[in-house]
Amino acid sequence: MDDGSLGWWGVPLAVLAGAIRISTPFLFVSLGECLTEKSGRINLGLEGTLVMGAMTAYAVSYGSGDPWLGVLAAGLAGTAFGALHASICGLERVNDIAVGIALMLLGTGLAFFLGKPFIQPQAPQLPAISFGWWSGSAQVRSALQVNALFLVGLALAPLLLWGLRNTRWGMVLRIVGESAEAARAMGYKINQVRLLATACGGFLAGVGGSFLSLHYPGSWNERLSSGQGITAVALVIFARWDPMLCVWASLLFGGASALGPALQSVGVTQGYYLFNAAPYVLTLAIMIATSSSRHRLAGAPAELSVTR
Amino acid sequence: MNEMTRPLPAEITAPALEAVALTKRFGAFTALDSVSIKLRPGSVHALLGENGAGKSTLVKCVMGFYRPDDGAVLVNNHEVVIGDPRAAQTHGLGMVYQHFTLVPRMTVLENLVMARASVPAVIDWAAERAALAAFLATMPFRIDIDAPVAALAAGDKQKAEIVKQLYLKARILILDEPTSVLTPDEADETLGLIRAMALAGRLTVLIITHKFREVMAFADDVTVLRRGKLAGTGSVAAHTPDSLARLMIGESAIAAPAARDGAPTNEVRLAVAGLRADDESGMPALRGVDLQVHAREIVGVAGVSGNGQVELVQVLAGQRTATGGSLRVHGELYAADRADIRRHKVHCLPEEPLRNACVPGMSVAENMAFRCFDEAPLARGGWWLDLAAMRRAARDLIARYRVKTTGPEAPIATLSGGNVQRAVLARELSRDVDVLIAANPVFGLDFAAVADIHAQIVEARNRGTAVLLVSEDLDELLELSDRLVVMSRGVIVHETTPAAADLTVIGRCMAGH
Repeated sequence: MDDGSLGWWGVPLAVLAGAIRISTPFLFVSLGECLTEKSGRINLGLEGTLVMGAMTAYAVSYGSGDPWLGVLAAGLAGTAFGALHASICGLERVNDIAVGIALMLLGTGLAFFLGKPFIQPQAPQLPAISFGWWSGSAQVRSALQVNALFLVGLALAPLLLWGLRNTRWGMVLRIVGESAEAARAMGYKINQVRLLATACGGFLAGVGGSFLSLHYPGSWNERLSSGQGITAVALVIFARWDPMLCVWASLLFGGASALGPALQSVGVTQGYYLFNAAPYVLTLAIMIATSSSRHRLAGAPAELSVTR
Repeated sequence: MNEMTRPLPAEITAPALEAVALTKRFGAFTALDSVSIKLRPGSVHALLGENGAGKSTLVKCVMGFYRPDDGAVLVNNHEVVIGDPRAAQTHGLGMVYQHFTLVPRMTVLENLVMARASVPAVIDWAAERAALAAFLATMPFRIDIDAPVAALAAGDKQKAEIVKQLYLKARILILDEPTSVLTPDEADETLGLIRAMALAGRLTVLIITHKFREVMAFADDVTVLRRGKLAGTGSVAAHTPDSLARLMIGESAIAAPAARDGAPTNEVRLAVAGLRADDESGMPALRGVDLQVHAREIVGVAGVSGNGQVELVQVLAGQRTATGGSLRVHGELYAADRADIRRHKVHCLPEEPLRNACVPGMSVAENMAFRCFDEAPLARGGWWLDLAAMRRAARDLIARYRVKTTGPEAPIATLSGGNVQRAVLARELSRDVDVLIAANPVFGLDFAAVADIHAQIVEARNRGTAVLLVSEDLDELLELSDRLVVMSRGVIVHETTPAAADLTVIGRCMAGH
């Protein structure tokens, strides 16, 4: 086997690398949305938050020279967007889905407007940790360049799961999402809890956006996001509102996304676009296989407006 | 059973509660007019009254949901200001609501711990579990604290609600119609345990109810409200069910139920065979229901709510797809689509009519025309609607069924509950009806409306309609039914006639024994 060419073995390797690299924004946005939806509200605006996060991260990283400062700034921009969504939804008779769509458009539009000057320059990128030191193959080494953010996301999922079950904050969040009536009877302030949950969700989505501009693809332009934000919202439903399942769903989606390019690189050009659609086909197939028209989605927070 | 001058228990830890001259106005309407009530420590006090008599307003003022316009609340003879339900909790007041307030998908343990005023930032579930188990050991109630609330039977849910208040250190317990979703046996057990705790001096209890039997059996004192005013108060021993009823409804006349005219025929109108259906969550709710209703017959379906009655009515009304079995009307298979509904004249009085039988934002006239808006004389050629004719027809129905509305153009959601029910009744009964499905048709209505609607149902029966009456109110079923069946866990488990009915057997069947 030549160094740098693995032949057909390159396909599973590329899928694995894709699972790690492409999944990170999905992972962060879906974990954030999971948190928001657990409180009984859906934030469709995360696509806008993601793009806004990507722009902010790139701009701050470029300006300060520190990519981690960019990640933090992206998170704060996301927090602001989440808080905006939650405060509008806290008003009487406001629909969270409509507000989400509005904020999705606002976020992308604002990011394009403010991000114009940052399309050309190159900002400092996030460092990656090399897990491929043991291999002589350049392909393996490059595939196992794992970004630190991915590891953070990986650690965050079990932490969220634990927190939702074992902390006061997690329990209050779930009560508000399961039964607003019960939460009110227990004296918890529903809007406040949802505000915090949506703001935290926005923070994570913003961080997910920073990964897009600071690691992969690793630049800022208007075609940076191809709907990752909105797909991640769907992944939460796919993952049945379970943070750990969000990890698996993101990995699956990332891996499937890498299938088309990987096959192309070994010479399979037939049906390239079809393979590029693999993640969507796969998601659709699994959704159909695991859903039923006769009953509610298991695990869905009872207060969620789309499942009521 | 009710010792009028029951000596107070030797060791009383329960406080006294007194409300003095409470007044609450909503705009020009006085919901509560200078009402006083006094709960002796360690006693069970019943609060009686019709719907709208001010019972809820009174307890909501005491619990801090409403701020009374006038009057005071005293705990152990000290005036207290209760601004919100949390403040009520600190004064030892706890309320168990008519609807359950526990989070269904969480366990009893999680629900109870989270209801506390202070919960640690990180919860040690093992320690909390041990502490709750130790607390429960001192209580007469037995519940599984690790079960999700949704999996508990109604009786156990009610117990969990009560245990929650005791766990929150409530010493004055207010119960809002605590037995409305329980079987008679479950009700007796729960109230018996509560009463035992009061007898031991550990609790002072206020029960809101409309069941005289429970007042006579479990309360020491009683207060009756009528139209926001105090109608009477005193020891239960000094009252009879009749005297309480007079206090409750005053001297207004009640229409007697229409006399039954003729016996049920032999013609099977509605035949349900082996019917199966799933509930909202996909779990089987109907597990093979067999049921026949004859022409000129009212068949009552008794049961504790949540045993498949809702799903049965939904399948019959075409709101839910059956997973097995068959429905036949007039001997023919019945698909519950609009063509079949029309051909077989199957009409329906569902529960919560505003949700299940009306479009709230549409006018009374439009809602009343749902059955026939696309037929002559309301439509030409089946598509051109004659709105003037629709309004005329509605005006006629409004007059005949005494629906109180500002006019046929008013959105039906602006009507009161009783008048929405009357409007639906007018739509469903003013035409030829072969089969009538009625589900809790008088739920939440006052005496006059109840008598009126009952009379209409019996009249429909006398005209030859086959009536299936699903109700949670056993008294209503015993009064109206020709035949009574009991439904439990999705099957019919017992059949009897009101004349031969044995309440103990029915109660046991309802509980699923």
